[in-house]
Amino acid sequence: MAQSHRTFIRFLLNDRPVELSGFAPDLSLLDWLRINQRLTGTKEGCAEGDCGACTVLVGRLDNGILTYETINACIRFVGSLDATHVVTIEHLNRPDGALSAVQQAMVDNHGSQCGFCTPGIVASLHGLWLSDPEPTEADIERALQGNLCRCTGYEPIVKAAVAAAKTIPSEDNDRLVAGYATTIATLTDFADGARVTIDSERGTTFLPADVDDLADIYDANPDATIVAGSTDVGLWVTKHMREIAPVIFIGHLAGLQQISFDETGVTLGAGVSYTAARGALIAAFPQMAEIWDRIGGEQVRNMGTVGGNIANGSPIGDTPPPLIALDASVTLRKGKARRTLPLEAFFIEYGKQDRQQGEFVESIAIPALDEDAFFAVYKISKRRDEDISALCAAFHVTTDAQGLVVSARLAFGGMAGTPKRAPTAEAALIGQPWSWDTIQIARAALAEDFQPLSDWRASADYRMLSAQNLMIRFFLETCGAPVRIERHPALAEA
Amino acid sequence: MDAPAPRSKAEISGGAHTKREHDSAHKHVTGSADYIDDMPEPAGTLHGYLGLSDRAHAKITSLDLDAVRSADGVIAVLTAEDVPGANDISPSGRNDEPVLATGKVLFHGQPLFAVIAESRDQARRAAKRAIISYEDLPHAIDVRAAMDAGYRMVTEPMKLARGDVDAGLAAAPLRLKGDMRIGGQDHFYLEGHIAMAIPGEDDEVTVWSSTQHPSEVQHMVANALGTVSNAVTVQVRRMGGGFGGKETQSNQFAAIAAIAAKKLNRAVKLRPDRDDDMIITGKRHDFVVDYDVGYDETGRIHALDACFAARCGFSSDLSGPVTDRALFHADNCYFYENVRLVSKPMMTNTVSNTAFRGFGGPQGMLGGERVIEEIAYALGRDPLEIRKVNFYGGPGRDVTPYHQTVEDNIIERIVDDLETSSEYQTRRAEIIAFNQTSPVVRRGIALTPVKFGISFTATWFNQAGALVHVYQDGSIHLNHGGTEMGQGLNTKVAQVLAEEFQVDLDTIRITATTTGKVPNTSATAASSGTDLNGMAAANAAQQIKTRLIAFAAEKFHIPEDQVVFEPNHVRVGNELMPFGDFIKLAYLERVQLSAAGFYKTPDIHWDRASGKGRPFYYYAYGAAVSEVSIDTLTGEYQVDRVDVLHDAGRSLNPALDIGQIEGGFVQGMGWLTTEELWWDDKGRLRTHAPSTYKIPLASDRPKIFNVKLAEWAENRELTIRRSKAVGEPPFMLPISVLEALGMAVASIADYQVSPRLDAPATPERVLMAVERLKALAADDETSRI
Repeated sequence: MAQSHRTFIRFLLNDRPVELSGFAPDLSLLDWLRINQRLTGTKEGCAEGDCGACTVLVGRLDNGILTYETINACIRFVGSLDATHVVTIEHLNRPDGALSAVQQAMVDNHGSQCGFCTPGIVASLHGLWLSDPEPTEADIERALQGNLCRCTGYEPIVKAAVAAAKTIPSEDNDRLVAGYATTIATLTDFADGARVTIDSERGTTFLPADVDDLADIYDANPDATIVAGSTDVGLWVTKHMREIAPVIFIGHLAGLQQISFDETGVTLGAGVSYTAARGALIAAFPQMAEIWDRIGGEQVRNMGTVGGNIANGSPIGDTPPPLIALDASVTLRKGKARRTLPLEAFFIEYGKQDRQQGEFVESIAIPALDEDAFFAVYKISKRRDEDISALCAAFHVTTDAQGLVVSARLAFGGMAGTPKRAPTAEAALIGQPWSWDTIQIARAALAEDFQPLSDWRASADYRMLSAQNLMIRFFLETCGAPVRIERHPALAEA
Repeated sequence: MDAPAPRSKAEISGGAHTKREHDSAHKHVTGSADYIDDMPEPAGTLHGYLGLSDRAHAKITSLDLDAVRSADGVIAVLTAEDVPGANDISPSGRNDEPVLATGKVLFHGQPLFAVIAESRDQARRAAKRAIISYEDLPHAIDVRAAMDAGYRMVTEPMKLARGDVDAGLAAAPLRLKGDMRIGGQDHFYLEGHIAMAIPGEDDEVTVWSSTQHPSEVQHMVANALGTVSNAVTVQVRRMGGGFGGKETQSNQFAAIAAIAAKKLNRAVKLRPDRDDDMIITGKRHDFVVDYDVGYDETGRIHALDACFAARCGFSSDLSGPVTDRALFHADNCYFYENVRLVSKPMMTNTVSNTAFRGFGGPQGMLGGERVIEEIAYALGRDPLEIRKVNFYGGPGRDVTPYHQTVEDNIIERIVDDLETSSEYQTRRAEIIAFNQTSPVVRRGIALTPVKFGISFTATWFNQAGALVHVYQDGSIHLNHGGTEMGQGLNTKVAQVLAEEFQVDLDTIRITATTTGKVPNTSATAASSGTDLNGMAAANAAQQIKTRLIAFAAEKFHIPEDQVVFEPNHVRVGNELMPFGDFIKLAYLERVQLSAAGFYKTPDIHWDRASGKGRPFYYYAYGAAVSEVSIDTLTGEYQVDRVDVLHDAGRSLNPALDIGQIEGGFVQGMGWLTTEELWWDDKGRLRTHAPSTYKIPLASDRPKIFNVKLAEWAENRELTIRRSKAVGEPPFMLPISVLEALGMAVASIADYQVSPRLDAPATPERVLMAVERLKALAADDETSRI
């Protein structure tokens, strides 16, 4: 049991503290802002975290450092906001009331037409402006991946982002910078390490005090929904109107946010967001850069977690194929008991994972690559960015001194009911020379491993053909041949 | 009065032909621009939600709504029986579109009932509780299936013919046939549909509606309520995007909100979730184009016979005029010596397709451009050469398939300028060289032209009104019949008015469009907003100015030509008066300072039955060069560079016009690349949210994007300050993207085989086209051995 206990949450909304209790576990930040607070600058465009019209900034303390990240208010639950600073469009102008650098640049460059996406775009660009003094075009595009605009074609918005960067954030021109010290003090005060329990007519919300407390609460409430980033659970509510109570929020738990990175590999706590994992993961596995920034938009990567991507067992999640190819393992915990199993064994069949009632994903361990191993991850989607995979493929091959294949782990998403390896194709590689001919045989063998489905993302034929062709791409790349289209080639190499 | 008058400032701020930001830009970026869902709700406002069919075609055998009625917060449940007037919102007058379905459902997602509850969440949850039984009927989802099933057409087809097409085909030295599938498109306006109805006295009701066509909503609401138009006021300040998706599709939401509001005597707001919005409302029509063309070795077309069949959905809606406009644009910039074009507006068991930027024109033009592309590959030539050979020319080669003479043709100059400025020829040669040595990545380039006809083809829609008030302090209030959906219409019309009165733009305020101020308006559509409403506003200003001039001439005993409107002043004889002082004086002398302006487009007429007339007042032109790269292993691609040269006449606001071109281009590119509508075998649309329906992102826009207006262009017709409409024409410029992708694919077979890339060219379609050409090239190789 935690040492102290609260029955309300508290956070900063723009320039004032808020205390809330008695709210439903599935109350979204967007509804609360628009309906309860009448802060209508933040818009609902899709209610599924894809269009970005509802983008707001959320500031949180991480080891004493205050960082503001963009998030989708439509799928962010109010219960997860304890000890944060929620910043809406109404608070993004300058302290003197004038337009911010981003806002002025948007006006000057004709970055708004209908204006409905604009508050979200301004919020995303404000987040970029605060965090990146010299954004490249690639950085700007990445910051805008989670924001749809149907009017402008984006050209003036990108120009506005470039123009805004000429102004340096300061206490004079930005409310967040001006309030930095007091915000840190307030949030430090708010983060008292208490367990929070909110009861409502619609069920109970829990915010565990720490990971041990989470284990206790989940053990006692095994039917609860664990919510980390809510980028999946949010849609259960907004699109399927599913009842999710009781809910246990874990996004705030420092004990699940550990990242360790050394020569043996990388270990990620289950609560580490895609954004937080990015640095260590790409340092250890540079090839992961190819997909990492293509998972959701920036807002989703700021909220969503690798642990959640695994725990929900989706056959089209983007992290399981590379993690399986890398032979990652997952540690599950129930009460005080822990067990670790290979990630590929965790996915049993569609909708079914090897997770007992009351058991939760605690961490993921990814062993380092051998120095001379071949490894690549590829994602095929209708639209390059912020799209769900038609197909995700990860290839990990090692060869011996004679150039014969010693080990092969070929893992695919989108090809079956679970993320899955290709045993026949792998067998066709083992013991063979790493050559064009071998790849052709393995490529053909892939047809034995999968019978993919046809759906709106791709036909079965396309899935199979492009999966096979990606093996060719992989082989050619291991030979040093440039075979891919790069939008920002110089940056991709850097 | 003897001293020389002071000089006024040389120019007003924000007059015609100047770059000005959107009048709401400041509010957009601060989140203070109010959309309907942001407005304060009247006390006691209720919220509606719609219950939808989950069958594509079926008889409703029972509709059990007890569980809906008993759900938390529910105040009322409405079905077709609760519609007090006509259960019809058919904009075509064919009585084929019910407010709420009864007896039968004709598409998956058709609204059957409406729940009204204390909160939107309650209404939405309650709607899921209905128990509906159906008796399934066979359904046809696409054009081919509908034809096979013998489905009817939703409206009369049209035929355009000139010359003798059969003889022309028979006599042509070369001939080819083919077909093309062209996908539809969801509007994906960022603000979904919404209506808020506020009941008034007697039979009165005010409806705030996200609509491009307030007058039609007014008419439909009155009709559904069983009352007359003067009881209904429809208002809209701005929409979060429309693109044609709010031309007729707002009627249903407005009618249901109004019916509920009158029944319950409380304000009712109705806003579907994004998924439901995409399921309930119509989209751009999918087409199947069958073509048969006769041509010669130079690539010149002798005869074209083509059929444009469209997926119209369950009702007529605007499918008649949409398929008509497809035929009107199948010629694009090309003269067809002998031609026969027919439309087939097919009924299908899908949502009723509707207006969307270009209104069938893009599909027609794309079919025409496919024919050009086919000829080019058949002859082994650059498609641009084939285009030039077929451009409209002087007498003898200047009559369209609808017998209108093309009098304002500037396409050759546009194309020549662009070909040079984009270094098209050099780059094409480089690309061909690159492709010879690149095993996986291939590149393509294409230059395609656009000629787009401006005017509603329903001639009576080409009218507009405006209401201008000048207040005693010299401030000006402007209303017109157009609606603001992001295009900057209000800004442009205000610029026109500023120019007329010679006052700074910020002197003028435009408020919400309302049927109470300007009646009998046309939809803000067909790119006509500025052309029509700008003229009407100018007319209103001229009426007021005429009165002011007469008053001043009389009062100061000077000739009328000595009363001159100068920047923010009026020169009266030798005296220069500030505009506000002059107006105050006029008020005290009892001059009427308000006027209703009117405009109707001259010189247009159209006889659909004979397929002859002058449906268009003028044409807008443009051209684009697009360069792309494709990955022949996966079909993935990117747009590397785009150069555009576009004709906006004498642009009223070059900044806003460039915005329309860039935005239209990227939207059109989305239509032709990643935006795919996908129905399953049950007739369910499965791409009904941004997670499954992929519009372009910032990282999809052309990597290099050079957009220029043809500075030398001027409308030869007397349009508002010689400008040209710019909303729709740029949408067709990205046909160059599709064709550049085609060229990259065609490199597989050394440009000897037409790539026949259908739209949308998703990575999957590109890869499959690559595979088709690889197989043909391999066969060819084998046959040589």
